Amino acid sequence: MVPYIVRRILWMVPTLLAMALITFTIMHLTPGSPLDPVADNANPLSPEAQRNMAKQYGLDKPVWQQFVIFLAKAVRGDFGTSYVYKNRAVHEIIRQAFPVSLHLGGMALAVALVGGLTLGISAAVYQNRPVDYLCSLTAMLAVALPNFVVAVFFILLFSLVLQLVPTGGWDAPSHWLLPTLTLALGPMAIIARFTRSTMIDVIRADFVRTARAKGLHERRVILVHVMKNAMIPVLTIVGPLFAGIGTGSFFVETIFRVPGLGRFFVESMTGRDYPMIMAVVLLYGVFLALMNLLVDLLYGVLDPRIRYA
Amino acid sequence: MARAPAQSAALSLPQAQSPSASLWKHAWRRLRRNKLAVAGGSTIIFLAVLALGADVIAPYHYTTPNFGRNFEFPSREFLLGTDHLGRDVLSRIIYGARVSMTVGVVAECIVLAIGVPLGALAGYYGGRLDMVLMRFVDVMYAFPRLLFVIMIMSMLGRGLLNIFIAIGLTGWVRVARLTRAQLLSLKEREFCEAARAAGARNLAIIVRHLLPNALTPIIISLTFGIPEAIFTEAALSFIGVGISPPTPSWGQMVGENQQFIRSYWYLCVFPATGIATIMLAFTFLGDGLRDALDPRLNE
Repeated sequence: MVPYIVRRILWMVPTLLAMALITFTIMHLTPGSPLDPVADNANPLSPEAQRNMAKQYGLDKPVWQQFVIFLAKAVRGDFGTSYVYKNRAVHEIIRQAFPVSLHLGGMALAVALVGGLTLGISAAVYQNRPVDYLCSLTAMLAVALPNFVVAVFFILLFSLVLQLVPTGGWDAPSHWLLPTLTLALGPMAIIARFTRSTMIDVIRADFVRTARAKGLHERRVILVHVMKNAMIPVLTIVGPLFAGIGTGSFFVETIFRVPGLGRFFVESMTGRDYPMIMAVVLLYGVFLALMNLLVDLLYGVLDPRIRYA
Repeated sequence: MARAPAQSAALSLPQAQSPSASLWKHAWRRLRRNKLAVAGGSTIIFLAVLALGADVIAPYHYTTPNFGRNFEFPSREFLLGTDHLGRDVLSRIIYGARVSMTVGVVAECIVLAIGVPLGALAGYYGGRLDMVLMRFVDVMYAFPRLLFVIMIMSMLGRGLLNIFIAIGLTGWVRVARLTRAQLLSLKEREFCEAARAAGARNLAIIVRHLLPNALTPIIISLTFGIPEAIFTEAALSFIGVGISPPTPSWGQMVGENQQFIRSYWYLCVFPATGIATIMLAFTFLGDGLRDALDPRLNE
């Protein structure tokens, strides 16, 4: 298993390199520059000032040289200084904002897993009964609705009509409720749908009939025999879902004013904050790759038939 | 299913005609029996009429400001209220349907136009082209899609055309992969061998024999691609890198007004309802189409 992990991690290197290259190329190929910002209320700079700034940030060098310099520094964990927040290093911003996003994403994933599994299992057990239809309908609604639209309705319902929780912020646990729910809803629906269909497949299997014939309690049959086998395909989608939660948080963080990475990302994009963009893109890339690796390893734990070669 | 082979004179297979007619007829019958799909389809037609006839239907123009009458709650004069410039929200929502519909249809056409030929060539010819394409696809899959789209948009700048470009550039990967997988299995089938034995050229085999047989999964991916494109536009406009004002877009209206949600809830809620409606309509229709075209899935 160790060689397998090592090989997977080594494979991440060319992928990340390609991601860096594509991002870098798109940033530099498109017209405009960070010194001539298009953002609102930006001050135009004189050509001399632009030249000086370019020199200071190394933007006067040929593009390929800039890329090499970036790579050499990035390998050592140095992503430079943000162009938008001029006196802050990129890694500093990320160290401050990423844990908030991770916290929000972790809670959302937990809610999505618990809610999605519960919904999916009850729909599969009570197939073609009201619970099942309710589950399918909720799942369809939650998959189809963008999370910023859900956020608007949640704020309207929970904050304005019922006045249970504040409309935004991130200081107290009561602030966490709405962003977490909003972010969890889509992934929860996907997990529920997936769980339902794999559970239904497994319920029909021979070993389940055997388990029932042995006289096992129905709850034990479902929770132990069926669940264990139905969870394997469900696991596959959890990795990508977590990445989806990561990117989905741009909107949720904006609407609920959560000081996470999502807000910085959008600002860095429109402000052409090259160092920040590169760092965030690579961070998401590493994160997604690690999540997929983790899921693949969990696979082997759940299903002894899978061997890593 | 094999309608196209019957059309080519040199290789006409007489028995291929009848299953083709019945496939679409059966699918249509199954689709009509699905209430959610019918509701979705009707909603889409309704929104399309709104979009096309916006100039006639909307009570005001979307840019007409009413100074001194900003932030008015819904009334008989302004059915859905007015925004911070005193513009009629209802009219802006009606015009906003245009953006959503156009993006859904045009962007998906671009996605298909890039994805299907590339996927077909890679699947049919294999070899080096296939390898290069698949490596590229792997890298594209490593990017969270939305992040990539936001990046392209913030580099290109706002505008409808740029939205098409951004969605097209990122969306074709999925279609290409799907088409490739379909062709990989289809090209091993007997009818393909028969066509080759009859002397058909490679291009003719792909266009007349293989692609028509891969049509069902492509159509299904199209029906899910359209709401995804609509969502992408709304999301981009929401964070301010999508459509350029003053053109109204539902996503942009939600994004612009979410800061006022505590005081003027209606500014956010009505466009959000618009997005919800169009997304649900396309999803319901898509689900219905999938079940209708591929009854095996719906056991």
